[in-house]
Amino acid sequence: MSRYFIDRISRHIVSIFGIIAFLILVLIFIFILKESLPALQGIGIGDILFGSKWYPSHEAFGILTMLAGSVVATLLALVISVPLALGCAVFLAEVAPPRVRQITRPAVELLVGIPSVVYGLVGMIILCPLIARLSGTGSGSSVLAAAVVLAIMALPTISSISEDSLHAVPAQYREGALALGATRWQTIHHVLLPSARRGITAAIVLGTGRAIGETMAMVMVIGNSPIFPTNIFAPARTLTGNIAVEIASATGMHESVLFVTGLVLFILVMLINSIGLIAYRRQAS
Amino acid sequence: MKGKWSVLPVIGLFLAALVLGGCGQGLSGAITVGGSTTVQPLAAKWAEAFEANNPEVEITVQGGGSSAGVKGCAQGTFDIGAASRELKASETSDYPDLVVTHVAADGVAIVINPSNNIISDLTLEEIKGIFATGSNDTWTVINREEGSGTREVFEKKVMAGMEVASNSEFLPSNGAVKQKVAATANAIGYISLGYVDSSVKALNIDGVACNEANCVDGSYPVTRYLNFITKGEPEGLGKEFIDFCLSQEGQELAVEEGYISVK
Repeated sequence: MSRYFIDRISRHIVSIFGIIAFLILVLIFIFILKESLPALQGIGIGDILFGSKWYPSHEAFGILTMLAGSVVATLLALVISVPLALGCAVFLAEVAPPRVRQITRPAVELLVGIPSVVYGLVGMIILCPLIARLSGTGSGSSVLAAAVVLAIMALPTISSISEDSLHAVPAQYREGALALGATRWQTIHHVLLPSARRGITAAIVLGTGRAIGETMAMVMVIGNSPIFPTNIFAPARTLTGNIAVEIASATGMHESVLFVTGLVLFILVMLINSIGLIAYRRQAS
Repeated sequence: MKGKWSVLPVIGLFLAALVLGGCGQGLSGAITVGGSTTVQPLAAKWAEAFEANNPEVEITVQGGGSSAGVKGCAQGTFDIGAASRELKASETSDYPDLVVTHVAADGVAIVINPSNNIISDLTLEEIKGIFATGSNDTWTVINREEGSGTREVFEKKVMAGMEVASNSEFLPSNGAVKQKVAATANAIGYISLGYVDSSVKALNIDGVACNEANCVDGSYPVTRYLNFITKGEPEGLGKEFIDFCLSQEGQELAVEEGYISVK
């Protein structure tokens, strides 16, 4: 009798926790929306989203340059990160001897645990001067520096989910291919990677979500210039950086527009992560 | 037994000291000072000295920027807000009970990389031109973020209504600007005089060096007051602390730190 009682109670308790987690998300969304309202009404979403000039003290509140900055930095990061992460996943899942895997796998996963400010610090002290020397001008704060840092940060996410989906490919596929005389590389290239396609897509999309939301490291290496990212050696600004750099100093309409920036970011990341999760579930089922 | 009783006088003395301390010279309690990163190192020095004089007092010093200082003070997060600028009209209308006390003055130094030994003097017009043009092959221009007290003074006294170029870098603190200028051969930026050290080179403006004497007599053009902001007239521990900052000892500390005395 009491056994079933405890069973029922604990079921209710965990459901409450589950609902709280969901409520927090909803509350954050409502809060951001509420703080955004003055700007959405006073300036209008069109002028904010498609305005290319940012100068709040002179009433210019366009965030298009930062939207472009976030997107370009993230895409460039993926160009660097995806081949690296896929190679890493294939190595860990198919090639590495068990001893090597035992060391390499935790090392890659530990990359997730490094605080982003540390990535920013390394980027600022080592990467930026290097890029400055490469380009011959400027301080090295640039889209390229941001992309390299983001690529390293997205690497473990992409690599570990891809590895999981390679492991999930049924052993018969691998055995079948090898039995038909395919070499190991042919098996990986023609059988395993195509079979794990959806999981790998999900991994890339989730890595994208991670990259586009990154803040601290971006503020430290991208230079925070509200201009279009037309040159990878020139600085730019991300949506996240816009909030982080200015929120402490912002009042009134300026503050409200920063919340709109947050709203845009929120929706963008939700969208990207939903796509990733849907792709991931399809793979799983 | 005897040993036990001999402790009594000590306890008595201790209690007496506590009571006397409570109603006498010894201050106790905790306050938080926060805001401008320009004021932060100076406030930390003051807090350290004040705590040394009054061991029962704990003063926490935080950064966050001038606007955060004003907002934090108005909303009660900080007992004393620190701002490197005067209150804006919007702030005085939003929070009418804020009281500003000038605790020190400061010059804003235009700084370049020390390896740049061609330039040591620019005119106000030249500086204005550089910041209005932004980064190019000649200069890497480092700005402060919107809302920064240092930037506001710079915009008012140097840019005179003109906009700083978007294609310059925008960094969120004096320290970050200094680090970037120190690390970049062709960089130019502006930081509080109190932050200037050998890692950067402060420029003369129209031949006038950025130093204490020139800021005091007004020949150096880019200066401002550093302010402590309180909700209502300062009182209690906050007043004691501000009085200490304004005392001779406090002002000497300010000068030692590279800021300018207001006395």
